[in-house]
Amino acid sequence: MRVSLVDYGAGNLASVVKGLRAAGAVVSMATIATELDTASALVIPGVGHFEATRALGDPWRAALRSRIDAGAAVFGICLGMQWLFDGSEEAPGLPGLGVFPGTCVRFRKKTSGVFSGPDEDLEQNPLKERRRVSFSTKKTPDVFLGVKVPHVGWNTLDRTAAPSRILDGIATGAYAYFTHSYAAPVTEDAAATSTHGMAFASVVERGRVFGAQWHPEKSGDTGLQLLRNFVAIASGAR
Amino acid sequence: MLAKRLIACLDVRNGQVVKGVNFEGLRNAGDPAELARRYNAEGIDELVLLDVTATLEARGTFLDTVRAVAAELFIPLTVGGGINSLESAKAVFDAGADKVSINSAALRTPELISALAQLYGSQAVVVAIDGAQTPGGRYRVFSRSGTTEEPLDAVAWAREAESRGAGEILLTSIDRDGTRSGFDCDLTAAVSAAVDIPVIASGGAGTFDHFAEAFTAGRADAALAASVFHFSEHAVADLKCFLDRRGIPVRRS
Repeated sequence: MRVSLVDYGAGNLASVVKGLRAAGAVVSMATIATELDTASALVIPGVGHFEATRALGDPWRAALRSRIDAGAAVFGICLGMQWLFDGSEEAPGLPGLGVFPGTCVRFRKKTSGVFSGPDEDLEQNPLKERRRVSFSTKKTPDVFLGVKVPHVGWNTLDRTAAPSRILDGIATGAYAYFTHSYAAPVTEDAAATSTHGMAFASVVERGRVFGAQWHPEKSGDTGLQLLRNFVAIASGAR
Repeated sequence: MLAKRLIACLDVRNGQVVKGVNFEGLRNAGDPAELARRYNAEGIDELVLLDVTATLEARGTFLDTVRAVAAELFIPLTVGGGINSLESAKAVFDAGADKVSINSAALRTPELISALAQLYGSQAVVVAIDGAQTPGGRYRVFSRSGTTEEPLDAVAWAREAESRGAGEILLTSIDRDGTRSGFDCDLTAAVSAAVDIPVIASGGAGTFDHFAEAFTAGRADAALAASVFHFSEHAVADLKCFLDRRGIPVRRS
């Protein structure tokens, strides 16, 4: 199965390539949008600031839209997944592709084991307008002095009730490796959620478009299973 | 819940893993790729590869080691030792590193932190700080493998590294390194409280209790060790069981 990796200059792609190859894919790098013209499986990687997705300008947007409409399987990783949403508070005014409704927000710091309330960013940009955004603020038992931002390390996946093909063989409680400061809202597209002070969407799925906030290429057997699922879905085996 | 991470450090010289006691008296503890495979199977959360020679002529051999280890792994791999420019960082990223760790070079050229963060993202930039308590009781920063005292407070330097774009702090206690007498929890807690980025405690691991202390009293997000993992079978799995029983969240695979 040939997988096109969208290379828009965001960071180091060596691990993603290695992971996709281990999952049975033949990886081709797409550095200009026209290279996606016949792609049936596409991966959008990404690290760092949402501003980096500015490089995914109109030609990329049109190409990706057209491939999604043609039934291609698309998978966004980390920032690549956030870009599949409407946008992010990290770069207001810079739109994502909007496949998944909602806007990514920054984690709230919790410095004493108790929420200190919404931080200034949130007050300036209230979520009330977005009815579909539903963050849980349920406090997790935490004797470990609060939540740091960025969220870095291994955290658990909690599968939602929605059936998921991308999470085939991956159970609630599986650990995945995260590194990010902004997170996507829990909507009906969430196939799994995770909690770091607040619940957020850690895996999303809608039709043949998927996203993981975590890094499957660095998440051991759980990550390889997800990548194998993506390759199987893309090749029509599932 | 976010798990506390256990990180195995492989100090590499001439393609072989070595571990110093107080940075002196190295002894051989095996082949890096073989150790990486073993740790991965045991459930280690991350690996750090450190080039302890970092000489120009040994650089090619070390990059071969990075490639060999990266090929074995689907967990985060950090590489450090001798990275002092965008070019030397690119070489280890190209060899398969997910993060680079910079220490003396960051002290000499703090702009390197931001330049690397700009190019690869903060999540790929670890600033390693070697700290030691001075007679006055303050924690000072040391460079050049712990041999040179810098006119810098360890907590202040950690803050500056964070503000320049570091994604994590790898904090080694020079006093404790190789002694197996426990992590320096005072130093670790002071830095951890001062920054928002994760702090990796390093130096002094000797018993399972030491790890529990690092995660509680030391407020560490991760703990790094070398010899305590190298010389006993099943150390990683047993340690995770121990921490789990103590109510400390760890990844069980």
